[in-house]
Amino acid sequence: MPNYRMNLLVCGGTGCKASGSSEVVEVFEKEIEKAGLKNEIQVIVTGCFGFCEKGPIVKVTPDNVFYVEVNPEKAVRIINEHIIKGRIVEEYLYKEPVTKEALPEQSDMPFYKKQIRIALRNCGFIDPENIYEYIAVDGYQALGKVLSEMTPEEVIEEVKKSGLRGRGGGGFSTGLKWEMTKKSKSNQKYVICNADEGDPGAFMDRSILEGDPHTVLEAMAICGYCIGANKGYIYIRAEYPLAIQRLRIAIKQAYELGLLGSNILGSNFSFDIDLKYGAGAFICGEETALINSIEGGRGEPTVKPPFPAQKGLWKKPTNINNVETFANICPIILKGADWFNSIGTEKSKGTKVFALAGKINNVGLVEVPMGLTLREIIYDLGGGIKGGKKFKAVQTGGPSGGCIPKEHLDTPIDYDNLTKIGSMMGSGGMIVMDEDDCMVNIAKFYLEFTCDESCGRCTPCRVGNMRMLEILKEITEGRGTMEHLEELKELGQIIKDTALCGLGQTSPNPVLSTMNFFWDEYVAHVKDKTCPAGVCTALLKYYILPEKCVGCTACAKVCPTNAISGEVRKTHVIDREKCIKCGACMATCRFNAITRR
Amino acid sequence: MINLTINGIKVSVPEGTTILEAAKKANIHIPTLCYLDLHDIKMVNRTASCRVCVVEVEGRRNLAPACATEASEGMVVKTDSIRAIKARRTVVELLLSDHPTDCLVCEKNTQCQLQQLAADLGIRNIRYKGKMSTYPKDLSSESIYRNLDKCIMCRRCETMCNEVQTCNVYSAVDRGFETVVSPAFGLPMIDTQCTFCGQCVAVCPTAALTQISHVSKVWEALSDPDKYVIVQTAPAIRVALGEKFGMEAGSIVTGKMVAALKRLGFKKVFDTDFAADVTILEEAHEFIDRLQNGGRLPILTSCCPSWVKFIEHQFPDLLDIPSTCKSPHIMFGTIAKTYLADKMGINPEKIVVVSIMPCLAKKYEVIRPELKHEGLKNVDLVITTRELADMIKEAGIDFKSLCDEDFDDPLGESTGASVIFGTTGGVIEAALRTAYEWLTNKTLEDVEFQSVRGLDGLKEATININGQDIRIGVAHGLGNARKLLEAIQRGESQYHAIEIMACPGGCIDGGGQPYHFGNLDIVKKRMEALYTEDRNKKIRKSHENPAVKKLYEEYIGEVGGEKAHELLHTHYTKREKI
Repeated sequence: MPNYRMNLLVCGGTGCKASGSSEVVEVFEKEIEKAGLKNEIQVIVTGCFGFCEKGPIVKVTPDNVFYVEVNPEKAVRIINEHIIKGRIVEEYLYKEPVTKEALPEQSDMPFYKKQIRIALRNCGFIDPENIYEYIAVDGYQALGKVLSEMTPEEVIEEVKKSGLRGRGGGGFSTGLKWEMTKKSKSNQKYVICNADEGDPGAFMDRSILEGDPHTVLEAMAICGYCIGANKGYIYIRAEYPLAIQRLRIAIKQAYELGLLGSNILGSNFSFDIDLKYGAGAFICGEETALINSIEGGRGEPTVKPPFPAQKGLWKKPTNINNVETFANICPIILKGADWFNSIGTEKSKGTKVFALAGKINNVGLVEVPMGLTLREIIYDLGGGIKGGKKFKAVQTGGPSGGCIPKEHLDTPIDYDNLTKIGSMMGSGGMIVMDEDDCMVNIAKFYLEFTCDESCGRCTPCRVGNMRMLEILKEITEGRGTMEHLEELKELGQIIKDTALCGLGQTSPNPVLSTMNFFWDEYVAHVKDKTCPAGVCTALLKYYILPEKCVGCTACAKVCPTNAISGEVRKTHVIDREKCIKCGACMATCRFNAITRR
Repeated sequence: MINLTINGIKVSVPEGTTILEAAKKANIHIPTLCYLDLHDIKMVNRTASCRVCVVEVEGRRNLAPACATEASEGMVVKTDSIRAIKARRTVVELLLSDHPTDCLVCEKNTQCQLQQLAADLGIRNIRYKGKMSTYPKDLSSESIYRNLDKCIMCRRCETMCNEVQTCNVYSAVDRGFETVVSPAFGLPMIDTQCTFCGQCVAVCPTAALTQISHVSKVWEALSDPDKYVIVQTAPAIRVALGEKFGMEAGSIVTGKMVAALKRLGFKKVFDTDFAADVTILEEAHEFIDRLQNGGRLPILTSCCPSWVKFIEHQFPDLLDIPSTCKSPHIMFGTIAKTYLADKMGINPEKIVVVSIMPCLAKKYEVIRPELKHEGLKNVDLVITTRELADMIKEAGIDFKSLCDEDFDDPLGESTGASVIFGTTGGVIEAALRTAYEWLTNKTLEDVEFQSVRGLDGLKEATININGQDIRIGVAHGLGNARKLLEAIQRGESQYHAIEIMACPGGCIDGGGQPYHFGNLDIVKKRMEALYTEDRNKKIRKSHENPAVKKLYEEYIGEVGGEKAHELLHTHYTKREKI
């Protein structure tokens, strides 16, 4: 058996794969072979490191050196310099944005400094396709401990004491949910893992499943033991092929080692896990809709109560938790509830994974303790706003959440604080917006999403959201009135109050929260018929600045509708009747003489 | 018991009671739309999708749908708070904003529950305007007209079709604003396994599902001097038609109905009951033949075309068990265009047979290609009870003040046995009255078989005939029928004869009857009226009908003979599940 002296950990998450990490792996393997180091150096494809902005990521252990943006060319040099000659290739390291200092170690990088990785602990560290690597980092120890030393009641007590709350959005106590399902009497119960991640821009669950699938399997088995279920389903969207592939491998390996199946670890406990594929409907993340979908019915929610804990899959008591929730279970069992609840805020314990996206420098995945402020996440971890622009808002909670303005940047993040400021934790999407984003347009975007994804069952969501969207269209196209704004507010409140499921009840949030925090922007659209951010095309007007125009005629020549006229060397003018606002003139003008407002 | 307060009134209800039911107990009306409880046939549509019944519950974050929220101890409910009222109005306005406002010319005008709701809530303005749903109209079937522009997604049709009738024709398709109830792949109804029972039409609150009307064709035939238009009326019409003229449910209006039909210009007004008596003779004969000669049992009745289509789609391997008898109104049509035409010396090509039926499936039935004789359709046109009422109103006839008139001879004579064809259990009871006497050569003194009566979904009876126990099964509602058929498929059925009616309750609650929107007391009254009509008849056994006897003597010959088979029997077609 080879005794490797060095490991090259290459990120095999979807993000890094898309930026070419598979080619990097090939080059590494070829170069290692060429150098005759096959028995000394090992290449390991891992799950996501989180720092997708700088992918593909390569980490060299035990040297603990973190290379960013590696391509096949750089890979050759890393082998020749670092691996063969032992010299770190400084220019491929991450540079501190301000001091420009090269940082070889992950823990020194601002992106990682404030992170505490519990759910993501193994992502980017182990080979997700090798169960022995998982076992080497205490994998299946928690299941072993539970089966040999603890009663179901004790486990549930521990989970309750940890303060873990559902990471899928609602934030319900996980221990209580388990307890409720345990108390429901039935000859058959089920555990479901909700992997139907659907918020725009969110990919925490995918990364966990791609990087550490066994932790989810292990936690599901523990849950099954606690509530008295011997069957589990992972409901995963078919658009996650890599996660599906790794789950399949993981399930097969776990069965081979007797960590799933009959009489696990010699106990009386048996547990099976199957995958169920979703077709990508957002609503199927709602637990009752998800259950309908697994049963082969139309993915639409039903009235609660009865809750799944009482009557779930096939009308049997069912415990549904999301991927990230499950990923927290094994560390809680092994390190104890007290360790877990020492992290976080009073009512929100532990950490939360966020997917940073939008106008932020470090797009990627971070796991931070509850209670960190939005400012810390966006500026310290996220590296601030792209292109030095001004921060305007951050959207959390996806289509159910809201937009948080700069006044609230110092809010410590937890479930309750986010709800208080009109947004919600959701599954952890965090989309950052800058001064170039129009908040009315953003609200419209989210409502379009909800209108597309509504199951159409209840009137408020099916018709109400469409009417709200139509009003927003009126506003962004310059036909809005102040009455429209009142109507939007009222209708939004009533939809929240009357819709059937969680999706409908929260769908007006993006509109209501932007109206709350960015009222002036709405008024500008309605009264002044302008879009301050310059996004809503119908409201834009192009102007030629007389002091800058030299009369070169370039704009007139490029205008597709002949809307620009003027004599040579004299100031040109735009006929707004004819102008279709394509922006060709502005792109052509070499004198910055054309502006839009 | 659970104690709660609704609008300040204290109410005590058993555990499991919804807020809506509790409020009813306190005489508080909470408006509903999608909700429908057909308790007697065990159908509840509790999709909680329309959100019209939302109420305020103290301590709850959002409003609760009263129809689907169980009352709990100490609950404080407000149904009339400004918050609940505003929400309810808004929800109705939203529904109206995606609903055509052509009420004046709508098929459901004055019968529409959405219209009624808008009126009850005093809605005078629809604040929301925008995109409207538009779909192609489905007129493919001769039976059911689907105009989905008017669908409000209450899903009652789906519940009825899938859970009660187990035909699974409908389901919600698409998403968001485009969501609509549709057959698989958007197929036209005629290409689906729909049996055209019309129960979806019966429960639809708006005009999204209605009948395909043949009224104008009837008017045209009546005004054509070259045509000899005769009419027959099914047993269930005479106990329901009065409702359309403000009469008490269960009023027996046979005489007025005949009078009205004569005024409308029908040359002869006959009774389908006459043909029902013929059906009994043929069916009883077939049963005795199978019983005595080792034929396949149980025998299944075949007078319900919806049920026939159901077995053709769902159990194509069992097509040898239903009786081969045509349905009574088709038998009537055949007799009219042969025997009657001969007798009256009229060219059968000139005869137009119109059936007044409680049923939508019969509209489809008459276009079945095998139901023709010498190139002529057995029955030409079918209109429903509702359509007949429309014609009477249009003709300006004051129905309530009409004097009773009698059916015409010879096809107007009928027995009590045929009258009860209109209710579940009636066909088999009528058949027993005849089969018993034929098998035993004894007179049956007590003709009433109570155990096959009533609204239980599955009923059975055992009758000792000549020392042999004859076991009878009765199912109404296709879901119940499915249970009996599955038992037959498994070889577990112990019955000798089974009666099946597609509609819950039988023809009295058919898809063409006046709408009752969930008030099954109306159906029970119609049922009681039929039994009353039976009791009032001098002759209560089909084989004693003198006109029928004459028909056999003069024209058909032997019951179950060659001519009878040519005219009165049919065959079935295997169909696909889709």
